[in-house]
Amino acid sequence: MSTHSTRLASRLMVAPSVLLLFVWMAVPLAMTLYFSFRLYRLLSPDRTGWVEITNYKWFFKAPDFWLALFNTLALVGGVLVITVVLGTLIALLIDQPVKGQGVLRILVIAPFFVMPPVAASIWENLFMHPQNGLFAAAANALGAQPILFLEKYPMSSVIGITAWEWLPFATLILLTALQSLSSEQLEAAEMDGAGAFSRFRHIILPHLTRAITVVVLIETIFLLGIFGEIYTTTQGGPGSASTTLPYMIFKQAIVAKDIGRAAAGGIIAVILANIVAYFLMRGLGRNLDA
Amino acid sequence: MGKIQLRAVRKSFGDVHVIPGIDLDIEDGEFVVFVGPSGCGKSTLLRLIAGLEDTTSGTIDIDGKDATNLPPAKRGLAMVFQSYALYPHMTVRKNIAFPLKMAGMDQAEQDRRVERAAKVLNLASYLDRRPGQLSGGQRQRVAIGRAIVREPAAFLFDEPLSNLDAALRVGMRQEISELHQSLKTTMIYVTHDQVEAMTMADKIVVLHAGRIEQVGSPLELYRNPRNIFVAGFIGSPKMNFIEGPEAEKHGAYTIGIRPEHITVGDGPWEGTVGLSEHLGSDSFIKVNVEGLGVINVRGTGELDVHHGDRIRLAPAGKIHRFDKEGLAL
Repeated sequence: MSTHSTRLASRLMVAPSVLLLFVWMAVPLAMTLYFSFRLYRLLSPDRTGWVEITNYKWFFKAPDFWLALFNTLALVGGVLVITVVLGTLIALLIDQPVKGQGVLRILVIAPFFVMPPVAASIWENLFMHPQNGLFAAAANALGAQPILFLEKYPMSSVIGITAWEWLPFATLILLTALQSLSSEQLEAAEMDGAGAFSRFRHIILPHLTRAITVVVLIETIFLLGIFGEIYTTTQGGPGSASTTLPYMIFKQAIVAKDIGRAAAGGIIAVILANIVAYFLMRGLGRNLDA
Repeated sequence: MGKIQLRAVRKSFGDVHVIPGIDLDIEDGEFVVFVGPSGCGKSTLLRLIAGLEDTTSGTIDIDGKDATNLPPAKRGLAMVFQSYALYPHMTVRKNIAFPLKMAGMDQAEQDRRVERAAKVLNLASYLDRRPGQLSGGQRQRVAIGRAIVREPAAFLFDEPLSNLDAALRVGMRQEISELHQSLKTTMIYVTHDQVEAMTMADKIVVLHAGRIEQVGSPLELYRNPRNIFVAGFIGSPKMNFIEGPEAEKHGAYTIGIRPEHITVGDGPWEGTVGLSEHLGSDSFIKVNVEGLGVINVRGTGELDVHHGDRIRLAPAGKIHRFDKEGLAL
């Protein structure tokens, strides 16, 4: 469909954007890499000099590093499981013909438009608050002690809040995929003797694989960097119980003002993201092939 | 094994009465074709029999048992859809075995039946491919394979050939007819193409606006259409209808003459040739006859007339007579 000259022309025309994107990515990465091997503390007069891998060593020896790493992965994994499972179920539910379907769908999608710090504040103060929260009121009404969500289960609470924010995204993608399933296929399965569960297991779920893959990949990209929800609610605490890798980097960069260590943390985060991406693409990538 | 009876079956979608009331008997082993223009309710009727739609009222008996409220899977029928409705993520083997797996059949029996169906339908070398890697005709065969492994009481076909090209359609038409000869199972076949109806059916059911216009063998419908609609729908090219004084001569409000029952040469009617299509074996000619309008004529391949020629025509064959309401006299 293309001749030699049109191919050449198209390459020339995309070249500036490719170049720009490459510089956009490469320069910050190179700078982060550079700073990660430097002594660069904003609060100290001594801001120069190579320190080899001291910054990295500090990270790996930090008492909360492995916890933060685990928390980061737990956040990604937990939110993915909740959003994909609930998203599929909600998509199945709102795909049914009911009155007020349009309004219902908008309501389901609404949480996605709430900004992360606002969503986290709402959850912290209106739902999880031990005196004023809805959950506390419910617990009191049942005669139980209110649960101290953010103190006792900080990481689970953050996962819950983040899942609430991302559920609409998963639902939306899965709903559109569901709507593209031909009704004749479902009818054929019905004629073939498949009950509701078998139809879901053998026809609907395989049809949704690609959409689920897309949801998992896109959400992973964003979930690895979740910060606002933690900053607004637990501030990484109590202690460092809900500290994740991005939050640890934030503490080094903004609180401790140690740019070198923060840069080292950034590089570790990049490597972690690449490891996650590698396993995701190996496990799910083939679902994206036509 | 495959006797289906419809009694006063009605279907409405809200205020729209798609099928105002139908009685129909389908005998065991018959090849029945529902034919009619689009929107005549033929697909809805098939879906009512399949159980994919609920009847508004009336009863459907399959093998003498009331099946009106049975779910589709319990009716013992298999359906081939217009889009084939194959499962894209399964191999051909798994597609064909799916109804057997759902029935909880053991693996050995499943394999045996799939192999047998694949042999009958020439699919043996495609069993491990996916539907996406098959041609239209092969997909059609897989859909049929998925239907025959269940050994159903009757097969339902919903315009199965409409997605195929013309040459393949003729081939598949013959294959389905042969399948019917060898299986001797009841088949109900929906189409809008009267050629498919004429060539395949034991019994044709002509539907129009949700009503049965006529039921009969292909030649019965061709020779003795009960009304103008059937007369015009069955036969290609379409029957010529003439009103006015020419019809009154035969004591009818309308007369109908098939294009093949008109000879060119001498005759009472004179006209100018409009369009002429020469197919080699036949010639289809449209002639503008003064006082009668456009008359379709089917002549032999040797007939050498062209646009603008003046020719004379004579009716030579059965003249169908209809009254004012369009019923045959």
